[in-house]
Amino acid sequence: MLRISQLCKIFTSGNGMEQTALDCVDLHVGPGDFVTIIGSNGAGKSTLLNAVAGVYGVEQGRIWIEGQDVTLWPEHRRAALIGRVFQDPMIGTAASMTIEENLAMALKRGCRPGLRFGVNQQNREHFQELLSLLDLGLENRLKEPVGLLSGGQRQALTLLMATVSSPKILLLDEHTAALDPKTAEQIGELTRKIVASRRLTALMVTHNLQDALEFGNRTLMMDRGNVILDVRNPRRAKMTVDDLLEQFASLRGKRLLDDRALLA
Amino acid sequence: MLWSALVGTIEQGLVYGIMALGVYLTFRVLDFPDLTVDGSFPLGAAVAAKIIADGGNPFWGVCLAIVAGCAAGLITGVLNAKLKISGLLSGILTMTALYSVNLRIMGRANIPLLRKPTVINWFGQYGLTPWMFFIVVLILTKLLLDTFLKTEVGFALRATGDNEQMPRSCGVSTDSMKLLGLSLSNALVALSGALVAQYQGFADVGMGIGTVVAGLASVIVGQALVRVNGLGWATLGAIVGSIVYRLAIFGALRLGLEPTDLRLITAVLVVIALSGPSLQSIWEKYLRGKDHAADIPTL
Repeated sequence: MLRISQLCKIFTSGNGMEQTALDCVDLHVGPGDFVTIIGSNGAGKSTLLNAVAGVYGVEQGRIWIEGQDVTLWPEHRRAALIGRVFQDPMIGTAASMTIEENLAMALKRGCRPGLRFGVNQQNREHFQELLSLLDLGLENRLKEPVGLLSGGQRQALTLLMATVSSPKILLLDEHTAALDPKTAEQIGELTRKIVASRRLTALMVTHNLQDALEFGNRTLMMDRGNVILDVRNPRRAKMTVDDLLEQFASLRGKRLLDDRALLA
Repeated sequence: MLWSALVGTIEQGLVYGIMALGVYLTFRVLDFPDLTVDGSFPLGAAVAAKIIADGGNPFWGVCLAIVAGCAAGLITGVLNAKLKISGLLSGILTMTALYSVNLRIMGRANIPLLRKPTVINWFGQYGLTPWMFFIVVLILTKLLLDTFLKTEVGFALRATGDNEQMPRSCGVSTDSMKLLGLSLSNALVALSGALVAQYQGFADVGMGIGTVVAGLASVIVGQALVRVNGLGWATLGAIVGSIVYRLAIFGALRLGLEPTDLRLITAVLVVIALSGPSLQSIWEKYLRGKDHAADIPTL
């Protein structure tokens, strides 16, 4: 479903300093895989997701989605194949537009916008049905601007928008990190439910090692632009957070204490 | 005397209202501070006036003015979206360039249109007074704009002005939306310029100075007056704002201010309207400080 070969991304700062964010990463994600990605700050997790989404070009390497080479596609073109949820709940939705208008745009993902009316009655019934799955009462608030919703509600809506048109790949970039623990848990549950029911292929970056093992069927650990660990079920199912930390320490060859502080 | 002056003022408010709708589209919908307007307004006037003065069909002149405005907006859009020049500077660059372009089009600094066939005269033959004609054009423009903003493209345009990441992750090219928004806006501004030239009977190369600020004043005043949420109300607000703005200027002139003072008044008006919330919080802080000062026991 997603294939990445020899992908390199180097950031150059204003004074010419170079920072290798992705160091020749190879990755193959099969259809229906739900991959969690962990690693300390600066390991390249978000860079990997952004490179797949097309936020920036890469120095080297290729990216294929469902057999199509998308390496040179601009971000908005790739969006036809990719759904995304961001860490900041404000980014995924347009605050001044209503819930139904936001959903209508998400539903048209990848189609060229035309001069038809953006929302019609048929859409509305569909949206109500979809929103009722969230169990947040949003189905009765279609005409309210999204700016009136709480962070958690907006993130739930973003998740719905990212998945409503069944994207080939769903990218979740620490999408529960900015929420309070209870809301984070709800959004996590919702993520699980939606990914399972739509049989989506997903990549999820998280800082929570417990979540990394509990979500999905495969876990990647990244460090300094490389994938240093790649475990799948059933082996992964037996792993604990301590196992992960131990693996990290031995692979990286650094003292465990530091790493626990970094990863947690 | 006063009555006819009032009618004239309202006519001005109506015809400049088309410009205010254009400014609304960029400043409010697209969240783009577009200064191209100071150049595209006289551009519309120049194109229409040149064609009319050369004996051409005034309707043709208005159409070409709209196309020219579109092109001007497109240039600003390309400078900003494709060449990554900041929004403000892109507009200033286009506006500056348009000054020369407008002089080239007109061939001189001023084209009088007295006793020439204008669009307004043409409708006048059928008993349509200028204000009736302007109202029809304005309402048609407003309804078209309202409807457009409810279409899929309209959604994409609004989302681009709200939060660029959202439309982009929904597959919309935000660059294209900026180009589209800027060209539509400047098309409206040029249309307004073309009609103003025919209404006042001349086109002048300097007639664009302060257009943006006047448009902005209209949008802000309208927003303060029409406090109902919703797209249709916002565009109505821009129109009402335009009329109120012209009436305010009319009042200022009757109070004995010189016409040359108008730009100062407009600028001050916009500053007050924009800084309203900050001024209010400064004032409240000041009051609170005063209260506390009173609480401190004196020795």
